[in-house]
Amino acid sequence: MRYSVDENGYYGQFGGAYIPEMLYPNVEELRENYLAIMNDSEFKSEFHKLLKDYVGRPTPLYYASRLSEHYGAKIYLKREDLCHTGAHKVNNTIGQIILAQKLGKKKIIAETGAGQHGVATATVCALMGMECIVYMGEIDMARQRPNVERMKILGAEVIPAKSGSKTLKDATNEAMRHWISHPVDTHYIIGSVVGPHPYPDMVARFQSVISDEMRKQLNEAEGTEFPHYVLACVGGGSNAAGAFYHYLDEEKVKLVAVEAAGKGVDSGESAATSYLGKPGVLHGSKTLLMQTEDGQVVEPYSISAGLDYPGIGPIHAHLFDTGRVKFENATDEEAMKAGVELSKLEGIIPAIESAHALAALKKLQFNSSDIVVVNLSGRGDKDLETYIKWGQY
Amino acid sequence: METTTINRINQLFQNKKDVLSVYYTAGFPKLDNTLEIAQNLEKAGADIIEIGMPFSDPVADGPTIQESNKIALDNGMTIKLLFDQIKNIRESVSIPIILMGYINPVIQFGIENFCKSCEEVGVDGLILPDLPMAEYMAVYKEKFEAHGLKNVFLITPQTSESRIKEIDNNTDGFIYMVSNASTTGAKGDFSEEQLVYFDRIKQMSLGNPTLIGFGISNNSTYSQACEYSSGAIIGSAFIKFLGSEGTSEDSIKKFVKDIKG
Repeated sequence: MRYSVDENGYYGQFGGAYIPEMLYPNVEELRENYLAIMNDSEFKSEFHKLLKDYVGRPTPLYYASRLSEHYGAKIYLKREDLCHTGAHKVNNTIGQIILAQKLGKKKIIAETGAGQHGVATATVCALMGMECIVYMGEIDMARQRPNVERMKILGAEVIPAKSGSKTLKDATNEAMRHWISHPVDTHYIIGSVVGPHPYPDMVARFQSVISDEMRKQLNEAEGTEFPHYVLACVGGGSNAAGAFYHYLDEEKVKLVAVEAAGKGVDSGESAATSYLGKPGVLHGSKTLLMQTEDGQVVEPYSISAGLDYPGIGPIHAHLFDTGRVKFENATDEEAMKAGVELSKLEGIIPAIESAHALAALKKLQFNSSDIVVVNLSGRGDKDLETYIKWGQY
Repeated sequence: METTTINRINQLFQNKKDVLSVYYTAGFPKLDNTLEIAQNLEKAGADIIEIGMPFSDPVADGPTIQESNKIALDNGMTIKLLFDQIKNIRESVSIPIILMGYINPVIQFGIENFCKSCEEVGVDGLILPDLPMAEYMAVYKEKFEAHGLKNVFLITPQTSESRIKEIDNNTDGFIYMVSNASTTGAKGDFSEEQLVYFDRIKQMSLGNPTLIGFGISNNSTYSQACEYSSGAIIGSAFIKFLGSEGTSEDSIKKFVKDIKG
């Protein structure tokens, strides 16, 4: 595949494994084993059984007739919000926890922004009886309190990241530090297509179940596996990577990634990495990164805790660089409006992250026969406070 | 511009045992302390100076060094300013100088430009913990060597014997032996397990000298490290000291004397 990772862990100029020596043995162990484990029939059967019986896959591909009428196109929603735990994140954590067990690991650490990945990790740790520590930015803990409590109920320890911006990037730093200090028995479940190789590739493969199902479901519904558009929001980019995965080499399918513009891309309070970033190294890979002229990482901002990350996965940096994926962005305001619009038109309250993808519907020109799939990555229960505070509904 | 025929790091290890390398963050505690601390460290008897280039997201460092990075950045420290501050450092400091930091600010400064600036001010080596060996070999080695810069690799208790040998073959400065699975600033005396690791590395008789770092905070840990290697590296303890005792010649002399005994 043209857009796959190469043998050195790069997507074009992006990717790699820029890690301190302290992490090298762990990452190398994973790199040497992940493909063999994932391709093993026993692993596959355990993974798919849990996806079916525990996660509730396949998730529906729902034809949103009122939304379609509103935008003048045939709009389908890939209902990742109906996954157990409320978002696509669990596809990856199920995969990684089985993998961690096969590697003989006893303990799990994770980072989380909105809390969806943290909840998904805490859930699979409970399922498998493994010890779980989740790092979460102190600010995110305050704005995503229900998810913090969910993780605790599930038996996880949630540790506040108090450094830097006290959000996702700092939670990631703290998790990496923890891993450095516990290299032998601990597996780090990274929640997005970020981090050192092989994480971006491994997470994308686990999430690729989304586009795999889309193709089959669309074929049943429309007699073609190929929509005209696939839309997904991008913070680190795991739901987008999964939604795009099996379409990457199908150039006729237009792929649209939607970033969080926050208060506006030029407002100084934004997380629109493809627009504001330049090539740099953070959290173990070379990617597009929001940074100062001196290479210090800029603290991003978005109303959605899951999208305010200063980088994007290296695969997305490459897809942006090559022009394969069109990058759009949506402000807080645009996303909130789109979230409320979906709620009123279809009876589905989306996560604010996913609402960013919906907001892009306004920015594209469709023909009435165009088939559009929006990856509805998560549900809005965790965001009720934010919706209520915003108040315009 | 100074040209060096023999690198100061190689020269130092030819006839020096019990080497003490001291790390501090440029721009901490005050923006303009950088040169003064280097001069006082030499006067106090330190053997190598490691100047940290602050970074917003130092994942391999513990809270003490991270906090000093933040203060330095808030003070306005940049790589460009650092080079300006140490432009004439070789007029007053003769011991080896190493710059330590993360790769992203260096990439943004421009690798070639960075190496050239290092050579101009008389920097002898670099420690870039998140620069992978494969990347170093493919892209950086030639540039570093063209400007007389030694790249210092880290090894840890988990680094395999074959990788240690590979590292040993790919450098000729010294090897930074991380004492334990931890970030910088871990506390207490060395455990039996750590001493076994130190001895294992000693028995490998590597081509390069080794310095033990992470967890060196007093004369006891320094002396133990020196039994198994060419010396030790101290960072967090010195940063804490600078924060509380200041940067004067007298106080830094006291710090070094307490460590060296």
